Amino acid sequence: MTEILIKNGFVIDPLNKIDCQKMDIAIKDGRIVEKVNERDAKIIDASGLTVMAGGVDLHSHIAGSEVNLGRMLRPDDHVKDAVRKTTLTRSGTGYSIPSTYVTGYRYSKMGYTTVMNPSMAAMKAKHAHEELNDIPLIDKAAFTLLGDWWFALETIAKGDLEECARHIAWMIRATRSYAIKIVNPGGLESWGFGRNVHSLDDEVPNFALTPRDIVTGLAKVNTMLNMPHTIHLHTNNLGVPGNYKTTIETMQALESVYKGDNKPVGHITHIQFGSFAGDNWAHFKSGAAEIANYLNSHNHMTIDIGQVTFADTTTMTADGPFEFSLYELGGHNKWVNSDVETESSGGIIPFHFKKKNAVNAIQWSIGLELSLLIKDPWKVAMTTDHPNGGPFYHYPRVFAWLYSRKAREATLKKCNKKAQRKSLLPTIDREYTLYEIAIITRAGNAKTLGLKNKGHLGIGAEADVAIYNINPETTDIAQDYKPARKAFSNATYTIKDGEIVVKDKELVAIRPGRTMWLDVQTKEPLRIDEELKRKFKQYWTIEFDNYPVTDHYIKVPEKITIQASV
Amino acid sequence: MITITPKRIFDVPIQATCINADVFTGKTLEEIKKLPITEGKENLILDEAFNISEDTAVETPNITLIGDFSKVKRIGQGMKTGEIIINGNVGMHTGEKLAGGKIIVNGNSDGWTGSEMKKGIIEIHGDAGDYTASPFRGTCTGMKGGLITVDGNVGSNVGCYLQGGTIKIKGSAGRFLGHRMTDGTIYVEKDCASRAGPFMTGGKIIITGAVELLMPTFTIDSIKPKVKVDANLTVQGPFYVFLGDIAERGTGKIFALKATNPALVSYEKYL
Repeated sequence: MTEILIKNGFVIDPLNKIDCQKMDIAIKDGRIVEKVNERDAKIIDASGLTVMAGGVDLHSHIAGSEVNLGRMLRPDDHVKDAVRKTTLTRSGTGYSIPSTYVTGYRYSKMGYTTVMNPSMAAMKAKHAHEELNDIPLIDKAAFTLLGDWWFALETIAKGDLEECARHIAWMIRATRSYAIKIVNPGGLESWGFGRNVHSLDDEVPNFALTPRDIVTGLAKVNTMLNMPHTIHLHTNNLGVPGNYKTTIETMQALESVYKGDNKPVGHITHIQFGSFAGDNWAHFKSGAAEIANYLNSHNHMTIDIGQVTFADTTTMTADGPFEFSLYELGGHNKWVNSDVETESSGGIIPFHFKKKNAVNAIQWSIGLELSLLIKDPWKVAMTTDHPNGGPFYHYPRVFAWLYSRKAREATLKKCNKKAQRKSLLPTIDREYTLYEIAIITRAGNAKTLGLKNKGHLGIGAEADVAIYNINPETTDIAQDYKPARKAFSNATYTIKDGEIVVKDKELVAIRPGRTMWLDVQTKEPLRIDEELKRKFKQYWTIEFDNYPVTDHYIKVPEKITIQASV
Repeated sequence: MITITPKRIFDVPIQATCINADVFTGKTLEEIKKLPITEGKENLILDEAFNISEDTAVETPNITLIGDFSKVKRIGQGMKTGEIIINGNVGMHTGEKLAGGKIIVNGNSDGWTGSEMKKGIIEIHGDAGDYTASPFRGTCTGMKGGLITVDGNVGSNVGCYLQGGTIKIKGSAGRFLGHRMTDGTIYVEKDCASRAGPFMTGGKIIITGAVELLMPTFTIDSIKPKVKVDANLTVQGPFYVFLGDIAERGTGKIFALKATNPALVSYEKYL
């Protein structure tokens, strides 16, 4: 393999506490090394450029059944963003739900090298993996929806968490997944009966347990299994005014699992959609201050934002009841809603976030308020919950709003007048530094996900590097925000596993990315007995033997073996 | 004025978004000749497929197209000002997303003419195809304003998702006229095929010919002596006025001329 030496760049590497130091980065055999032979190595002159680790996105719907349904639902989305083939790249379409290849190309051009697909219904895991295989240039992994899986609910209701842990471990392996995803715990099971849960203590029909039991139970199971990531939690009452109370209650419930060792026990995803205050849509306002206050005084949670970027996008989530209430708000729009038998549900609705709409503009403001009011950037990850808040290639806009007060004031001025009055943004002076941007886009995300070799440029790390045309010495990004925003949307260089894939802002090489999955070894494996098979026969439409994802479904697997403590 | 004529008979469709008064403005003839188009999968320049000449003495119309343009798509797409005259048939998506100006077709036009238009005028002096003034597949926002007049007949699914503006058809209309329209006016002077106004929630459809089959989700509201099409035109009746589509709790109106629709007499007993 070729050796690469990146010379004289301004290196920003928060995990190794390097802030804008002029230094060289050496790469050999796909890893960062101490030094390489300068005569043999390929030299990249990065003087005047910023060097960071490859971006890590911990929540982006890029593959799976709901993404593909979204693609089928929206030919109007593709027609406005058709991508022609080149000698190197394949054709495809955007806009809010890009096709698999285009997803890989666009992430790589932004300097991202790792992306997590956060919701995969176990029954549709094979499909999700087939799509992940087709996304080039980025490493990826998927989180299985386990919050409303019947065996998990049964074992938690019985109080037998060890048995639950064995079931979860089996499922993580069977679906080739990386983490436990919980969506509207209890709500999805209720949705099968046309109902929803509205608080942490509502009873789930047919199971003698509450959302609180599910969340705390699975958080405990997660610790028992020594999973690298925490539970990935989409809260109850998402998208309902006044739901910030539910979000805080959920975080309070998880305090009981926290051992006080600064190791988070839960990750609340797209928290913007769970930070609404006010009694109804007319009195809709931001609950960001309350959420931020809580997070500033507690260390057991991490969050990602789910920022709204004002785009004509497609909302998609496993939270079927939420999508139904969104449909009722929106009027005559096309939509999809489903119940995935014993596991989950789903819904898709096209949605246009508009600056002139008071609620949309306040939602935009909430996302930024949260990012700016939570003091510790290591707790925050920057996402748009692609494609729910906006497509992922709008990230640079969000960076600009965060690092430049001027940029967010320019946007706020164009927003709905009522939203402007309600926004807390004019009272916030904080501007993210490049160091903090690096935390919320790569270092912090890798740490939250428990990816030891990603998100930093220390010796031994995977050689995923992004080089942006930003000179931190000569430019003040807060004042002159547009050039940096442009630089972030198209990296000068992207290096994936020691191979240059983007050079001078153009793709120059295509390589497949790996699919990471966990092999969680419990001390005693799950007993696959007749009773389990009988239940499968009775309640699932898929035979037990056809259920697990087998090895040949994943083209480039990266198995991570974990020893559980049960 | 720029005059464009085809150099040959086209086999595969040509995408010619650049034939647009806004794009031509401020360009020399040489620059116009080099504008990009695609023929099937091939990238061409305008000069390779068309003869282009300029007559500086004439100002309006800005562009005149002479010959068979039925394989040429997207002429005048998104145009804001200016005038295009087409002496011959024209292909799909003519005047799509039109935001002003005028397009005159002295011939027939194909599908999706005036799709998603916002402002301006499209005059078609022949027939118009299916999906005239309707958005492309999957899009839920239709024509918002402006005027489309058709001297001949129109195909099916005309005026889908109509949100504003007026469509006047001198001939007859195909099925599913005004599907899911929410506002605006469609005026058909001759007959209308079955199922007009499915899922409509607002706006009006005026039919002065025979109505083939009225959907059962429309109820009779009243009989009106006349109806206003736009500021310049009021049509004398009497008309049966139907309200619908009830399945969508809609308040759209279908005006059917009493004289040409004896079959609708049976509705009178519900008044």
